[in-house]
Amino acid sequence: MSPGILARYEPVIGLEVHLQLRTGTKLFCACSTRFGDPPNKNTCPVCLGLPGALPVLNRGALDLAIRAALALHATVHERSRFARKNYFYPDLPKGYQISMYEMPLATAGWLEIPLDGATKRIGITRLHMEDDAAKNLHEGFPDSDRNSYIDYNRCGVPLVEIVSEPDIRSPEEAYAYLTTLKQVLEYTGVSDCNMEEGSLRCDANVSVRRRGEDKFGTKAEVKNLNSFRYLQHALEYEIERQIGVLESSGRVEQETRLWSVAAGRTEPMRSKEFAHDYRYFPEPDLLPVHVSEALKAEILSKMPELPDAKRARFLREFQITPYDAGVLTTTRALADYFEAAVNAGAPPKSAANWIQTELLRRLNDAGKEIAESPIAPAALAELLRIIERGQITGASGKKVFAKMFETGDPASKIVAAESIGQISEAEIERACREVVEKNPDNVAKYKAGNDGVFKFFVGQVMRATRGQASPQLVNGTLKRLLS
Amino acid sequence: MTAPAWTIPSVRAALEAKKVSSRELTSEFFACIERRNPELNAFLALSPDRAFAQADRIDAIIARGEQLPPLAGVPVAVKDVISTCGVRTTCGSRILENYVPPYDATAVGRLESAGAIVLGKTNCDEFAMGSSNENSAYGPVRNPVALDRVPGGSSGGSAAAVAAGLAVAALGTDTGGSIRQPGAFCGIPAMMGTYGRVSRYGLIAFASSLDRIGPFATTVRDVASILAVIAGRDSSDSTSVPVPVPDYAADLDRPVRGLRIGIPREYFGEGMDLIVRQKVEAGIRLLESLGCVPVELRMPHTDFAIATYYIVATAEASSNLARFDGVRYGLRVPGATLLDMYKKTRGRGFGSEVKRRIMLGTYALSSGYYDAYYLKAQKVRTLIARDFAEAFQQVDVIITPTSPSPAFRLGDKTDDPLQMYLADIYTVTGSLAGVPGISVPCGKTPDGLPVGLQVFGPHFGESLVLQLAYAFEQARGSSV
Ligand SMILES: [Zn+2]
Repeated sequence: MSPGILARYEPVIGLEVHLQLRTGTKLFCACSTRFGDPPNKNTCPVCLGLPGALPVLNRGALDLAIRAALALHATVHERSRFARKNYFYPDLPKGYQISMYEMPLATAGWLEIPLDGATKRIGITRLHMEDDAAKNLHEGFPDSDRNSYIDYNRCGVPLVEIVSEPDIRSPEEAYAYLTTLKQVLEYTGVSDCNMEEGSLRCDANVSVRRRGEDKFGTKAEVKNLNSFRYLQHALEYEIERQIGVLESSGRVEQETRLWSVAAGRTEPMRSKEFAHDYRYFPEPDLLPVHVSEALKAEILSKMPELPDAKRARFLREFQITPYDAGVLTTTRALADYFEAAVNAGAPPKSAANWIQTELLRRLNDAGKEIAESPIAPAALAELLRIIERGQITGASGKKVFAKMFETGDPASKIVAAESIGQISEAEIERACREVVEKNPDNVAKYKAGNDGVFKFFVGQVMRATRGQASPQLVNGTLKRLLS
Repeated sequence: MTAPAWTIPSVRAALEAKKVSSRELTSEFFACIERRNPELNAFLALSPDRAFAQADRIDAIIARGEQLPPLAGVPVAVKDVISTCGVRTTCGSRILENYVPPYDATAVGRLESAGAIVLGKTNCDEFAMGSSNENSAYGPVRNPVALDRVPGGSSGGSAAAVAAGLAVAALGTDTGGSIRQPGAFCGIPAMMGTYGRVSRYGLIAFASSLDRIGPFATTVRDVASILAVIAGRDSSDSTSVPVPVPDYAADLDRPVRGLRIGIPREYFGEGMDLIVRQKVEAGIRLLESLGCVPVELRMPHTDFAIATYYIVATAEASSNLARFDGVRYGLRVPGATLLDMYKKTRGRGFGSEVKRRIMLGTYALSSGYYDAYYLKAQKVRTLIARDFAEAFQQVDVIITPTSPSPAFRLGDKTDDPLQMYLADIYTVTGSLAGVPGISVPCGKTPDGLPVGLQVFGPHFGESLVLQLAYAFEQARGSSV
């Protein structure tokens, strides 16, 4: 479709994001939420929906949901209520999901997203809690052609659903919103936001309208946008599709569409699959949820530092560049790593450099998360201190770093074992004298005011010491000998 | 029919005096069940392994000369909608024909911890939906007082078992009258505590906001003793309430003189059998003779109770019974597709009354009808609760008939669901209001059919309700 036609339309997007709350146990029972356990290991009468079993609200999950709501500047209501969302499906053992409907936990929040060097505020309509469904397994069993199996480990895992206002105007903004939301909720410890493990899922409401138009167009709900990679593709596809329909004088249907990764397009869901009347009504097995001002204040007082605040503080306290501060605060884990290294004595600027270059590159190559780094922040700090003292050069430091990454050994041990950084001051002194004595011509030039030849002396000394001498020491020694 | 011989105090006395061992007594009850159950159909399953293991524990305590727990050796029966670990629990339904729960309901656990012996599971209307026990998939229960009569419902098996002496006490459940009405029909005291007084954990839900577990026994004192054991906060049931549990039995002897007894005019209108009216009015006069002060009351929203109840209860039931889908446990009828399997399983698994209520409830919650039915019903429920709250500003307890008629004949009302629903007319109000209520025997018709007198108390006023019922029972016993 021509850019000219696309430019005549404005997309209107709202996102519904489901996040798994980071609790040890499920929303209504004491079963573990651990990922990757053998199927149906973490189950009990409550999460299996056995007859007679009753839900009991996990207070820890409630606290996390309140924290999420407060981090998103939403109004947490004094009274909210769980409701039953009724439908039949084998992954739903009770025949209903326990969610919040007409009385959600929080409403009217916002999130600021970076946009073209400035920021844009995206409204958040509501945030509510609900329990997750189980997982249907249709593949991988000898009889998978005839039977399906169900793993109830996920069933009852606590989720929050965060619904945005239709304030998003492009796939790029949608991406920025989701990234920022993920960052905030990861930072606050509300969620691991791990898409692979299903702890972050996203649906979008998409419509288009002619630019200048006030009224919204008919929206389609696009489901299954469970990857940052596909979010933009799917939205771009759906926007173009709707513009195509309108351009050919058609009408956009109000429908639910599924993003198909394989086909690279959105496809309508068969009407039966979504034409539910969920028959919501208040969950009689749970009392209404009361959130006191005192509880809100307590949770607010323990709120971890949010990304914006952390960035500002890094700039202020560590005098690193705004770019570095931005990169280092991408995730809380990275920021925590940086701060721990500095607290262990690493010079902030070199810590920032080494983390962004050496550490992130090697972690990336190894397919590891920052939390799995073989080099602890304190170990990095030790290395950087050795370099700063001039005991080893930056170049040797990189080699030592590589060994540390490989073996997990501390820098001092590697330096000793590999006999690097062993060029003592005496040896440097000797090497410097030798170079000065062998090159009387250049000494004369230097003394005559040609500072350029100083580099020559340094180069000669470094070559003689195979690059293992501390440049600072070499500089100092040469300057002394030549004066 | 001979009068049941055993009570909680008499069991205790016999065990302490070593006149009988707990094992012997348990055997005696099983023998009795074997003899009488074929005609009564009160029990659906027996749990001899569990019962004798418990009896041996009690006998060991006696042998060691240790203090006996409060219900030591007391043989009890449990309604089949209450989960019992390892003992088949069908809810009187085909859909759970082979369901064996892996855990105990809290009330059952508390009974056993107090030394009671669980003999087995009692018949009931399917998923506790019914007022005559004729809706059980396993056949009706017969009233031990008159075998051609229904025992009432839905806890008909529990009532019949206790009335026939097949258990010293039993647990039933009451959603709209399912404890009190069978108690009245079988001529024994039967009680539901305040909503939240007894944990519902393990009770297979019919209508969650109304369901309550409560005791049947042959004396008010025994009812009090059982209630004291099963009552109290349970962390597994969010709707159970942390109000301390008094020693109900110890409070029974408190004088009732001067208590104001409310007589709501709405409960003495049309539709009541003359004989029931006469008996209940005589009962009120007896209470007057004990020094109670009758106060005429108006409870203006009473007429709306049946309609309100059948919307709220069926709406919740339509959701509560969704889990019986053939996927994980219970009946599964194979089908070509998932939907087909659901339809066949539920089509064959549920009886007609359960299907009727699921459809009513589904309708009441449907989009477009929710406000007119469910929401309106909730508002009326609040008004009915207010009627009670206002009444208890003026009186200490409320006295009404339990049921408009004595036990009717089997088959009398099976073709007319609406007539059957009206059997709950005096009991559903208290269910909707969440207040405690008891039915105590109040004489018999010339045919020998028991009539029940119902006593309602304010929230957590169980002691008061029991005191009045006890005084009534004692006075009636001496006056007969
Ligand atoms: Zn569980």
